[in-house]
Amino acid sequence: MNSTHTFLSTPPFIESLIKKKILGKLMLILLAAVVVWRMGTALVENPSLFLQQVINGLQLGFVYALIALGYTMVYGIVRLINFAHGDVFMVGAFMSFYAISRLQLHTWPSKLFPNMNSMLSVGIGSITVVILSMIVCALMAITIERVAYKPLRSAARISALITAIGVSFFLEYFGALPFVFSANYITYKRPFEVTTWVANGEGVQTLARGIEVPANSVIFSNIAVLIIVASIILMVLLQYTVTRTKIGKAMRAVAYDKQTAQLMGINVNMIISITFAIGAALAGAAGMLYAIAFPQVVFWMGIIPGLKSFVAAVLGGIGSIPGALVGALIMGQAETLSAAYISTPMRDAIAFSILIIVLLVRPTGIFGEATREKA
Amino acid sequence: MKTRFAFFVVLIAALVLAACQPGAAGGTIKISVLAPMSGQVATFGDSTAKGVQLAAEEWNAKGGIDGKTIEVVVKDSQCSADPAVNAMNQVVGEGGKFVIGEVCSSASIPVSEIAEANKIIQISPTSTNTTVTLNADGSTKQFVFRACFIDPFQGKVMAKFAAEQGHTTAFIMFDQGNDYVRGLAENFEKAFVEAGGTILGKETYTKNDTDFSAILTKVADSKAEVLYLPDYYNIVNLVGAQAKEKGVTAVMMGGDGWDSADLDVTAAEGGFFSNHYSPEDTRPIVQSWVAAYQKKYDGKTPDALATLGYDAANLLFAAIDQADTSEDTAKIAETLAAIEYEAVSGKITFDAQHNPVKSAVVLAVKDGKVSFSASVAP
Repeated sequence: MNSTHTFLSTPPFIESLIKKKILGKLMLILLAAVVVWRMGTALVENPSLFLQQVINGLQLGFVYALIALGYTMVYGIVRLINFAHGDVFMVGAFMSFYAISRLQLHTWPSKLFPNMNSMLSVGIGSITVVILSMIVCALMAITIERVAYKPLRSAARISALITAIGVSFFLEYFGALPFVFSANYITYKRPFEVTTWVANGEGVQTLARGIEVPANSVIFSNIAVLIIVASIILMVLLQYTVTRTKIGKAMRAVAYDKQTAQLMGINVNMIISITFAIGAALAGAAGMLYAIAFPQVVFWMGIIPGLKSFVAAVLGGIGSIPGALVGALIMGQAETLSAAYISTPMRDAIAFSILIIVLLVRPTGIFGEATREKA
Repeated sequence: MKTRFAFFVVLIAALVLAACQPGAAGGTIKISVLAPMSGQVATFGDSTAKGVQLAAEEWNAKGGIDGKTIEVVVKDSQCSADPAVNAMNQVVGEGGKFVIGEVCSSASIPVSEIAEANKIIQISPTSTNTTVTLNADGSTKQFVFRACFIDPFQGKVMAKFAAEQGHTTAFIMFDQGNDYVRGLAENFEKAFVEAGGTILGKETYTKNDTDFSAILTKVADSKAEVLYLPDYYNIVNLVGAQAKEKGVTAVMMGGDGWDSADLDVTAAEGGFFSNHYSPEDTRPIVQSWVAAYQKKYDGKTPDALATLGYDAANLLFAAIDQADTSEDTAKIAETLAAIEYEAVSGKITFDAQHNPVKSAVVLAVKDGKVSFSASVAP
């Protein structure tokens, strides 16, 4: 007993180091120096390639941001880490897959109005599909909340956490059943053709298939544009809802103090359901965007993006909406730039190391203040 | 007591039946086929057995081997170790001397131990694991052969094909954690460099990755002419779809992992992959085999398993024929090791480790379908 005790106790010198967070700060400085040096040399060596990788990272980061928002909102209100969130994302991807491949839902405007501009009709069709996925995910999240989380609201937090993990496994392996989604890799049919543009000093042109990218130029596809634009629109809508509407006000009130909010006549249960629904709708949209970018759907596809987005939410400061966005963009860049300039198999290790180092210095995350804004 | 009595009756009946079986001596040569005839991969066994049976029928129609008729016995070894060992022990008990099988490496390996110990000739039609024909100390098993080429060989073939197409630069992408993929990638690199090509880059990824944009941006930047991606179809689908978006102009090439009905032909458009055999191969021996198989089995086109089963059986029969004995398996093994045989899946000779050296086919993904492109000799 005694020997174990002395073994575990840390010398006072190290303890004072930990208290002052010197270790974390040192590592952060070291990390920053390495990053600046590596990125700097990469930028000097081949600026267009570097910019290209940053665009790749942005595309990934915005998808993570949409998922991270769901984690952060739910945590802000009910203090629950909803581990089933990544699987809601998966269901969103599958819903859009069925809507596009089985029901041809994305073609309805061109069928109804054959004379419509093809770009407009594809746009309206895709928006219909994304809205369908969002609605299905929102309804599913409300059901999950009512069935699995609500009865546990006054129970210990660990019970709800374990339940969330259980729901996650349920969604995955229910989805893997042959008559649900099946356990196969399914190729996702994009609702539109991929177009790639080249941007350089001479302006922007379409890059024809099979033509090499000219030197000193950056390429981007309509997929990257779609992901970034759609994510920004959804996030602006969310920010507006949270800060400018009555529901948003009620959400913030519930986040601060559930009981007082109830006394003020706010229907807390409904607000919690709405929060789950909004988070899940964003995940559903993210699922479709992710499947368009990486066109394959499989029942476990939500695990890794879900985990990464959770990390992004924690990195940004869980409970904070701008934090989720910033954390997700950092994760996207960390992953892509590690893959590009350090090592692909190491990229997850590097992304997670960043999390650990940031948390050593700021345990509440980048935007996690004592008076943080809660969704 | 009753059950014990019943057991004895069965035992005696079994002994009597076993005694009544005609031995290998006399007018027949008995060939045992060990293959999965039930379970998940029963189609593997079915195809293999059909291939062997057709080969035996053709030899018997020509008067058998040195006047002896070939008799094929199929045993269900279920593609796994225990049932395969039981089936092989039966073969030993019956005094069998020749085995075609197993299909799966995990079953072929324990079977090969028994074959080696009992001087039984075993030819596995499709087991690709290197240890099937090797002892634990790395020496070659005297009595064990295979009819298919081993995985890394495909890398070599594809490198040769790429060089023949006039490509001089390549980029390799592979899953570090998958032996099959890594083996193909390493051998491609070696052979491509030997053929005078340059490898512009090598990138690894893990099997759960979905975002290949960082790697593909590097591939596009390297301006490599070939992107070698010897992984399974699911990864190929993902990489192919993203490659076009990232401005990659390299021709994608891979191995038989691409061979799936689920390969996304739009994503893999313009790509090539190596395989054991193609029914579209224009060589006359392939066309006559396809015709014979279709005639016997209701118009079904033979798959790779049926073809390799057929080749394995023909190799064995040719070796017995050339050795002029159906008893002395050591002599037959010696003949087999030195044989040169024109099989459906290519002209076969054996290397020192009893792996066949033969040509592979290259299939092209073009205009939304997979079709035969070339036959490449090593």
